[in-house]
Amino acid sequence: MSNSFIQINNISKHFKDVKAVDDVSFEIKEGEFFSLLGPSGCGKTTLLRLLAGFEYPTSGNLLIDGIDITALPPDKRPTNMVFQNYAIFPHLNVEKNIKFGLRKLGLSHDEIGNRVKDVLKLVKLEGYEERFSNQLSGGQRQRVALARALVRQPKVLLLDEPLGALDKKLRDEMQLELRTLQKNIGITFVFVTHDQQEAISMSDRVAVMNDGKIQQLSAPNELYKNPKNIFVSDFIGETNFLKAETKSSDGGFINVLIEELGEFKIKNNLNIAANSSDVVCSVRPESMMISNVKSDWDICLDAKIRQTSYLGEMTRFYVEVKGIDKTITVSSQHFDNQSFENNDCFISISLEDISLLNKK
Amino acid sequence: MNEKNNTLLIYTLLYFVFLYVPVLFLPIFSFNDANYMSFPLAGFTTEHYEEMWSKRNLHKALWASIKVGVVASVISTTIALFAAKAFARYKFRGEKISYGGIMMPFLIPEIILAVAILIIWINLGFKLGLVPVTIGHTLFCTPFAMLILIARIEGFDFSLEEASRDLGENAWGTFFRVSFPLYLPGIVAALLLSFIISFDEFILAFFLTGSDATLPMYMWGQMRFVQKLPHVLALGAVIIVFTTFIVLLAFWLRNVGQGKAKKDIALKL
Repeated sequence: MSNSFIQINNISKHFKDVKAVDDVSFEIKEGEFFSLLGPSGCGKTTLLRLLAGFEYPTSGNLLIDGIDITALPPDKRPTNMVFQNYAIFPHLNVEKNIKFGLRKLGLSHDEIGNRVKDVLKLVKLEGYEERFSNQLSGGQRQRVALARALVRQPKVLLLDEPLGALDKKLRDEMQLELRTLQKNIGITFVFVTHDQQEAISMSDRVAVMNDGKIQQLSAPNELYKNPKNIFVSDFIGETNFLKAETKSSDGGFINVLIEELGEFKIKNNLNIAANSSDVVCSVRPESMMISNVKSDWDICLDAKIRQTSYLGEMTRFYVEVKGIDKTITVSSQHFDNQSFENNDCFISISLEDISLLNKK
Repeated sequence: MNEKNNTLLIYTLLYFVFLYVPVLFLPIFSFNDANYMSFPLAGFTTEHYEEMWSKRNLHKALWASIKVGVVASVISTTIALFAAKAFARYKFRGEKISYGGIMMPFLIPEIILAVAILIIWINLGFKLGLVPVTIGHTLFCTPFAMLILIARIEGFDFSLEEASRDLGENAWGTFFRVSFPLYLPGIVAALLLSFIISFDEFILAFFLTGSDATLPMYMWGQMRFVQKLPHVLALGAVIIVFTTFIVLLAFWLRNVGQGKAKKDIALKL
């Protein structure tokens, strides 16, 4: 396993005045399920298209398995792509779609037959050889696109929001299936999505992008637990932001004045400067406790429930805390809903669940 | 409400009567056993068709029209295909001017185009004949062919071409294995319509043919002699049937596959 199987070195891509990708550098490991995650227009798709060869970078270079591919056209790269709309050739049936990319590989007739058979089995499309694109469901088309790319045995499979067009249940199934498939065949996957849940649940590592830059690159749990900045904290999962300012620093800790709540000593993982008002505190809804009796947690606040919404596996409470001018969201599996609207309650927070972030 | 519907119905009927009744007289009189176009009909005969078939000059004119039509439609469709692909696929400098330039023969009066080609052709010292007619027809057919092809190519999903490149095909392979087969119905429709436009065209042919008459020129020549009228009617009837068939075929082809594409989109939504 190579730790720098794909090397992305100082890649920029400008479209006229727009910096779609802005001086990005990172490495992807061999056999990794790697996701590029971000809102639309963040540059993730452009980065994928740069890897595929549909765009060429304004500056920087790209290496796959030690070979510089920066200037190679798409047909000369060891990559294959699963397109967002699948791009199944409508004039060819499933079998011919899958065979399309084998012509130039110089394989024997038997080898071609075997590969097609194997890949059809892999994506569970045996018996669909004669069908055309318009005779397939969305999920089946997705499998054809996957088979067509995998049959060439690429070093890297690029996936451009391949699950976006599927309904939720099918999407969940395909997530699991894709993940299993990737583990079994061991090919490096680079997966583009705007869906944070998708990225988090499938990937070994995720690069969160915004404004053409990587905001954070880490394992999914790190992304969730230790977001590096306010963008990542906001984009991954849900959170509450509280106004704050830092006071004196104290080793790995820092004293923080949180609006209306008082001063607390919390962990300073990001080395945030002392005496700064350019900071916020983030608290995840599910890390807080809601109760109708006072607790002995680090922080316990008087609050009033304004609204509740029942989500099945949990209930979300929108509460008003005295002195804080916005609604705080708290999720809980235990606290019953309905009868509590407009009732008083207590919100408890543990200091270790508060993360301190720079505003910029 | 009801009254309004009737008005529209009458309007529609009148429109079609004006459009098609005169045309219908051609086949009717072409089977009439008389030399004059007048009622009452004198009796049924196929003699005019036999006469038509026996005219050597007609065969020559027909062959000339086919040659001109085939060459003009192939060249204009080829030019139109490249142009349509450029306009539908890329943004480039001078896009609007190029588009206007190609569409121009569509708008300027044909007689002006004909006179212009005539003057240049003669001043260059060339002889009139089927070559300048073919050039004129190519210019004249290109905008029609381009409109048909743009309609076809604009609905085209260009990620299919990217997919082909991604799957190891170079630009030419992609054109022949993906783009061309998918454009094909549009290409055939453009060929057929260009052919028909050239086949029916009179003004350019009138100025540029010299002594090699095309079919419309031949018909016009025959009209001066009363006794030759009936076989021109027969010829006209044949041309109407043939033209209608080709135009319907072209329109059918233009829509082949498009319906499928629409269904695809509907499924996705």
